[in-house]
Parts: sequence; C-alpha cells; structure tokens
Amino acid sequence: MQVSITVNGQQRTDEVEPRLLLAHYLREVRGLKATNIGCDTTSCGACTVIVDGLSVKSCTVLAVQADGAQVTTLEGLAGPDGEMHPVQRAFREEHGLQCGFCTPGMVMAAVGLLADNPDPSDREVREGLEGNLCRCTGYHNIVRAVRAAAQAGPAAGQVPQVQEVQA
Amino acid sequence: MIPSQFDYVRVQSVDEAVAALTEHGEDAKVLAGGHSLLPIMKLRLAVPSVLIDISGIRDLSYVRVEGDEVAIGAGTRHHELERDAVAAAEVPILPYVAAQVGDPQVRHRGTIGGTVAHSDPASDLPTALLALGGTVVVQGPGGRREIPIPEFWLGFFETALEPDELIVEVRVPRTGSAGWAYEKFTRRANDWPIVAVAAVEGRVALANMAGSVVRATATEEALARGASIEEAAALADQGTSPGADMHADQEYRRHLARLLTRRALQRASGGAAAAA
Repeated sequence: MQVSITVNGQQRTDEVEPRLLLAHYLREVRGLKATNIGCDTTSCGACTVIVDGLSVKSCTVLAVQADGAQVTTLEGLAGPDGEMHPVQRAFREEHGLQCGFCTPGMVMAAVGLLADNPDPSDREVREGLEGNLCRCTGYHNIVRAVRAAAQAGPAAGQVPQVQEVQA
Repeated sequence: MIPSQFDYVRVQSVDEAVAALTEHGEDAKVLAGGHSLLPIMKLRLAVPSVLIDISGIRDLSYVRVEGDEVAIGAGTRHHELERDAVAAAEVPILPYVAAQVGDPQVRHRGTIGGTVAHSDPASDLPTALLALGGTVVVQGPGGRREIPIPEFWLGFFETALEPDELIVEVRVPRTGSAGWAYEKFTRRANDWPIVAVAAVEGRVALANMAGSVVRATATEEALARGASIEEAAALADQGTSPGADMHADQEYRRHLARLLTRRALQRASGGAAAAA
C-alpha cells in the first residue's frame, strides 16, 4: 500500500508491503543506515527514532503505521551545515560511546528524554534510557553525556523536523 | 524477523472496526500500539491474515470521572495514563503502574486496551486492574456490553472477548486516597515481572503466578477475617500455578509472591503516600 512519510523533513510517497517494519523502511527504502537493528525484539533500543515527537523502537512499528507521520532519525539531528546537535556533541565530548552500535538509538532516546525532561537527574537519565542497552556497558559516560547536553541549554531537547538531509 | 503477509485495514471509527472484525472474524487482529501483537507476529506465534489498525480512531484516548468510576478510553497510551492528572487524583495506582510498563519507547506506543486484550499473565496494568475491579466495555455487532474485570482474563492469551468485539473502554472504581501498592520484581530494568503484586485496600492481584493474572484469594479472605499482614501474605501463593523458566522455578515464584504481597500490603496500609 501507499505511504507518505516525512523523514528528516523530506516527505516521500512509497509503495510498501504492510508487513514492512519502519526500521527496514528507513534503512532500505529511504537509505538511512544510521538506524541500527540490534535485537529485533523491542529490547535493545538500537533502532530508536522519533515519530511525531516521541521516541519509538522502529523494529516494532510498521511503516504503514507511520503513514502521515514526521520521523526523525540520527541523520536528521545535525544542522544543514553539518553542525552537530547538542546531544551528539555531548556524546563526543564525554566519550559516551565505545563500539558505537547502540549510539544512534541512545542519542535519539536521549533527545526524546530531554524533550520531555530538560534537566534530568542521574537517576532520571538512567530510567529514561532503560529501553536502550549498551553491550560495552559504557553507561556512566552516556549518563554524563546526557547531563552535559542538558546543561548546554534547551536546544538539547529539540527535535529538528524540517531539515533537508541527503540520503 | 519479519511477520507473515497480511492485509492492512485502517479504520476511523469504532463502528468501522466492528464491521471489519465481523467481516474477517478470527482471521483478523486489532492493531493499536502493536507492542504486544507485532513481537508475536514476528515470532509467527500469531499469523493473522488481516490487521485492523484502530490507532486512527479519534476519541478513544481519554481519562474521565463518571460517577463513582473512572473511565479510560481503550486507546489511551501508557505514557498518557502515566502523566494523567485525573488518574493521579482518582485512581493513583494506574499512572504509577503505567510508568512501570516496559520502557519509555514502549509506553509511547502501547495502549491500555491492547494490554487488556493481549492477556499476558505477566502484564503490569491488568494486574493493577484486577486488584481494582471494574469492567471492560466492549462493542460488537449487537452493541455494547460490559464484562466484569474478574471474568475477563481466562488464561494465557485468552479472554472473554468475542472475535467480532472491540475493547472501547476500561472502567474502574475511584479509589481516591485509599491505600494501594504495586511491587514488581524484575532481573533487568525493562523486563516483564518475574512476579508482581498489586494491592488496593484488601484486594490483592498477582502477575505471573498462573496462566492469567489472578487474585490472591486466600490472602484476601485472611485479611477479611482480621488476620495480620504477615499471616495473610504467607497464603499469597495458595491456589496459584506458577510456571518455571530460565528466570525462576516454581518454588522461587511462590516465595516471591508471598514476600511481595507482604511488602505491598505494608505499603498499602501506610496510605498512598508510602507507595510512591
């Protein structure tokens, strides 16, 4: 069936099978490969993207369920000139990643968390990211990065919706 | 993992949903948040030929006071219930328990109607609903009917819902400042409970101690005849039939049921403030 989904500000209409998962739509139809598929069972959060302002695990959403929605992936966070989003910058500065596989989902979940709670405590960050697993167990620096991003100002919780992003 | 092929039908009203269910019968499944249904479809434990997406139905998401009850629209998502001011004032166990479901991403999608329809014995909200009592309002081709909550869950993935009926609302009594507690035991942060216990005044419900969520009737009877919390909680696993899996054997689950029931009753007897 036909779906019209706005991803990182770009609206497109595609013919998809109803069983196509949003994660596969983003990676294979839209060519946006930052969204990783880890466990494929709604557990690890590597495939987290933002749909209409709320974080979701795209391995457990059908593309047809996102018809008409605004989706933001990691590719949509940086500014048009490549300037990093405050959460991306904080992850780099605080070394909030080791192997990097969980990072796109972790960053998107963090943006969603900060949109909801602009100044979370350590505990609130840990609970807010409970749906995201880091198998390197690098949680301390991830929590530090999210708190540093919050300190940097309210932009850390902003979800860009209207940027042109090259696939 | 990719589900089997299915036809996808999007409906705009409860009447349209019921018409689609009537047409497709047992081959159809209702899709709301999809966070119980899609995982079991990916595992091919469910292979519906038609999915009826009700998430576009307006006005299925609300929490409001109606007389002595609180009415919750079946499409209310967990994160909405979690922060609903009416629910917090009138039936505070529900927003607290809604916040214990899965993780934020799951709560952004999952709905109360979906978790009620799914009938997983380890579900958080059904456990709280069973301790609260009330009714599940369903609509079928013949109109609406109310199913008492204690009669709704029949077993593992099995409910009193007919194939052509849609859950439209859950109604629970207003509990106000009455004591309540929810004790959930997990190994990892976003897991299902190994065992969980909900207590509202003298009513106690258990998650994961049988094929469906169940009441701890021996505990409730003991409380009713004036037994102490310790004596009543020691009976919590009576009449249950817990399963065994990699997380816990049956005896450990029975131990947890007794322990968590004691903690829940102690918290509930301290009033709502002690449970936060």
